[in-house]
Amino acid sequence: MRRKYIWNSLGIIFLLVSLVFLQNLFMPKYASGIVEGGMIETYYDEPKNHDVIFIGDCEVYGNFSPVTLWKEYGIKSFIRGSAQQLIWHSYYLMEETLKYEKPDVIVFNVLSLKYNEPQREAYNRMTLDGMKLSMTKIRAIQASMLEEESLVEYIFPFLRYHTRWNELTQDDFNYLIDKPDLFHNGYYMRVDVNPVTSIPRKRPLPDYSFGENAMSYLDGMVALAKENDVELVLIKAPTIYPVWYDEWDDFITEYADKQGLMYVNLLERADEIGIDFQTDTYDGGLHMNLAGAEKLSRYFGNILVEAFELEDHRNNLEVKGVWSEKVAFYQEMIDSQVAEIERYGHLVSWGNPREEDEEE
Amino acid sequence: MLFTSYGFIGFLAVLFVLYYLIPKRFQWILLLLGSYVFYTLASPKYMLYILATTVTTFYAAKYIGRLTVEQKKYIKINKETLTSEEKKTYKAKIKTVQKKWLIGTMLLNFGILAVAKYTNFAIANLNYMFEATGQSFQLSFWNIALPMGISFYTFQSMGYLIDVYRGKYEAQNHLPKFALFVSFFPQLIQGPISRYDDMSKTLYQEHSYDQNTVKRGFQRILWGYFKKVVIADRLLVAVTTIVQAPEVYDGVFVFIGMLLYAYQLYADFTGGIDITIGIAQVFGVQLKENFQQPYFSKNIAEYWRRWHITMGTWFKDYLFYPISVSKPMLKLSKFSRQKFGDAIGKRIPVYLATLIVWFTTGLWHGSSWNFIVWGLMNGIVIILSLEMKPFYEWFHGKFNVQHLWYFKLFQIIRTILLMSSIRMFDTYRNVPLTFKMFGTMFTRFDISDLWNRDLMGFGLSLGDYVILFVCLIVLVLVSTIQTRGSVRDWLSQKSPVFQYAVHYALILALLVFGAYGINYDSSQFIYNQF
Repeated sequence: MRRKYIWNSLGIIFLLVSLVFLQNLFMPKYASGIVEGGMIETYYDEPKNHDVIFIGDCEVYGNFSPVTLWKEYGIKSFIRGSAQQLIWHSYYLMEETLKYEKPDVIVFNVLSLKYNEPQREAYNRMTLDGMKLSMTKIRAIQASMLEEESLVEYIFPFLRYHTRWNELTQDDFNYLIDKPDLFHNGYYMRVDVNPVTSIPRKRPLPDYSFGENAMSYLDGMVALAKENDVELVLIKAPTIYPVWYDEWDDFITEYADKQGLMYVNLLERADEIGIDFQTDTYDGGLHMNLAGAEKLSRYFGNILVEAFELEDHRNNLEVKGVWSEKVAFYQEMIDSQVAEIERYGHLVSWGNPREEDEEE
Repeated sequence: MLFTSYGFIGFLAVLFVLYYLIPKRFQWILLLLGSYVFYTLASPKYMLYILATTVTTFYAAKYIGRLTVEQKKYIKINKETLTSEEKKTYKAKIKTVQKKWLIGTMLLNFGILAVAKYTNFAIANLNYMFEATGQSFQLSFWNIALPMGISFYTFQSMGYLIDVYRGKYEAQNHLPKFALFVSFFPQLIQGPISRYDDMSKTLYQEHSYDQNTVKRGFQRILWGYFKKVVIADRLLVAVTTIVQAPEVYDGVFVFIGMLLYAYQLYADFTGGIDITIGIAQVFGVQLKENFQQPYFSKNIAEYWRRWHITMGTWFKDYLFYPISVSKPMLKLSKFSRQKFGDAIGKRIPVYLATLIVWFTTGLWHGSSWNFIVWGLMNGIVIILSLEMKPFYEWFHGKFNVQHLWYFKLFQIIRTILLMSSIRMFDTYRNVPLTFKMFGTMFTRFDISDLWNRDLMGFGLSLGDYVILFVCLIVLVLVSTIQTRGSVRDWLSQKSPVFQYAVHYALILALLVFGAYGINYDSSQFIYNQF
C-alpha cells in the first residue's frame, strides 16, 4: 500500500514537472523578431519604487526612455507597455502595478481609447501572458478575450501553445529558463532611421465619440488613481501614425479638465520638443527612434518635474548603483545597434536578415 | 457542451467529486440532475422533446406492464374456473389493448423524431416533385432544430417499451429513475443505444469509490480523447478540404480522402464511445460495448456485427425480426415459394426485410438521399455476399487458403475498401457527385498527383502525417491485443514503470499533439449528427 502511494506520488510529481517543462518550452520566447511580447513580465524583476509609471501601447514603450529621465532628472521610471495595449489591458496593468507600489505619477497614452472592443488574440497574448497569475490577471483576461478564446488557455498557456510542437526554434531551447535582456525599464530601443515620407489623410469619421466600454475603463483608471493618491497624466505621443483627430483631442481636453487631470498632447508640441520626423523616427512616423525618444523624454521629464515636484534620486548612492548598471546596458545596446548598422546597413537585432542571409 | 470542451471536463470533474461525496442513495439523483444540466446547456428548448419522450414512454410502459401483471393475476385467481379458450380470449383482449398503447406511443415518439428530423427532407422532395411536374408551387422549409441525441434516446426508449410489451422485463415504476435511463448524459451525444435490462443493473446501484474501477474508467476516457483529439480532429481538415473541392481533388485524392475518412470516422466514433463508456464506468455504470475491432472484419456482414453493435442489434431485434415474422411477410414467403420454388422463394422475404432494415438504417443516419442510398448499398452488398456464398465455399474447398495469414489480410483489406467506398455517400453527401468521384478514382487515377499536386496542400504537414502514421500503428497494436482480451487487463499485469510510461505517453501525446484550442475548429462528434 505504501509502495503504491509512493509510486502514485512520484508519478504525479513527474507529470507536473513534465508539464511545467513543456509549458516553458512551448511558450513563445519573444527573443528575436517580434520581441514586444516579452515586455510585460520584465516589470516583476524590478525594484518597486518608481516615481513614474508609463502605461500604454507602442506609443509609450517606443517613445520614452527611462534612462534619459534618470540621467536628466534623476526620475526612476518604468514603462508597462505592450503592443496594441488596449485600455482594459492598461486598466488592469495599472491595478496590478498599484498593488506592488504607489508611484507619484502614472502616465497613460490615450490613443487606445479609439478601440471599444477586443481586437486580436495575438495582442491580448502579448499583454496578458506576461502578467503574473492573480485575480487582476483573470479579470483582465475576461475583459480582453475574443469569443473564440478561452480563460483556461490563458491560465494554462500550454493548452494554447501546444500547437507550436512543429515550429520550435533554437530560441525556444536557449531561453527555456532565462530570457535575454532586451528592454530598458520597458523601453524598446531603436537607433535606426526611417524618415516620414507621407502624412496620413484624416478621413472623416461618422462618429468621433469614444466607445462606452473604453470610456468606462478610463473612468476606472481615474478612480484607481484617486483611491491610491496617484497623479494620473494623460498624454498623446508625438507620432504621425495612426491619425489622432482634433475632435478626439477636444474631447480628452474637456474630460481631463472635468476630472482635474493633466493632459499633454505631445503631437501638437512636436516642434517645441524639437522632433525632426526626418531623423527621429525608425519607421516612417509610427514610433520614435532613440534620438526622438531622448528628445521627448527630456521635454516630458521637465514637465513632470515642474508639475509634480519629483525628487531627484541621483545623489542616492543605492539608487544610483542600480541605475548605473541600467545606463551601462543602455549604452552597450546603443553601441551594438550602431555597430550593426555600420556593418549591415540596417539593424539585424530585431529579426531583420543579415546581408549574407539575404544572399542565401 | 462538447465532450472536448474545457467546460465539459470541468463539469465532469465537479460531478465526479460530488458523486463520491454525497450519500450513496442520492447518487442516481445527482446523475439525473447532471444529465438535465448537460442537456439544458445544449439548448433549454430541447428539454421539451426529451421530457415528452420520457413521460409518454414511462406511462405507456407502466400501463402495459400493469396489464401484464393484472392478466397473470386474473388467470392465476381464476385458474380453476376459466376454460383454455376463455384464457386465450382474455389474453388476446389484453394484448390488443397493450398493442394499442404500444403503437400509439411509438407513433407519437417516432412522430416527434420524424417531424424534427425529416420534415425539411420531405419538403425538399415535394418541392422537387412540384418543380419536375412544372408546378410553380413551393413549400417553405420549417425552422426546426434537431434536438441533441434524439435518434439515440428515442430508439433506446422505444426499445424499452417494446421489451415491456413483450414481457421481457417489468416496467420501471419510478419516473425520475426512468428519466435517468433515457437521459444519462454520457450516451446522449452518440450512444451506445442501451437496453434497460443491461443498464439498470448498475445505473441505480449505490456505488462506493473503487480506485480500480475509477482508474479503468479514466484510462478508457484518456484513450478515447487520444483517438478523438489527436487523430480524428487532425484528419478533419484534410477530409473537409478534399471533399469540399471535388473539382480540384479527384482521382488519387478521392482514394486518399476515402481512406482518411475511414480512419477519421473510426477514431471519432470509437473514441467518442470510449469516452462515453469510460465516463459511465467512472460513475460505476456499465454500458454495452459498441465496437469489436470492426476493421479486422473479413466480410461486410461481420463488419456490421462489430461496428456500432448496439444500433445493429436494435434494428435486428426491433425491426428485422418483427418484419420477418409479420403476417404480410409470411404471406409473401408462401406466395414466392409457390411461384418461384423453395430456393428463390425463401430468399425473397429475407432479402426484402434486409433492404427495409438497411433503408431505415440509412434514414436513421440522416435526412438525405445519400444516407438512404448508403443504407441500401450496404443491404445490396450483404445480399450479394449471401448469393456468392456457394462460390466462396467452392473456392475455399478448392484452394484451402482460409487459414493463410495473407489471405486473411486480403479479406480484411477488401472489407475496409468496400466499406470505405460505400461510405463515400456519407463523405460527399450528394449521390450523383459520389458516383462521379468514385468513377474518377479509376478514370483519373495518377499516383504522381500526390507529389506533383502537393500532398501537403490539404492542411496536413509532414509532421501531421508522421503523427497519423504512428497513431495508426498504435491503433493496430491495441486492436490486436484486444482480439485476445482487455488491453487494460494486459497493461495492469505490466511493471509500474511500464504502466506509467504508457499513461504519460498518452497524456503528453494528447496534450501536445491534440488538435484542440483556438487554432482548430473543434469538431463535434460525427455521430452526434445522426
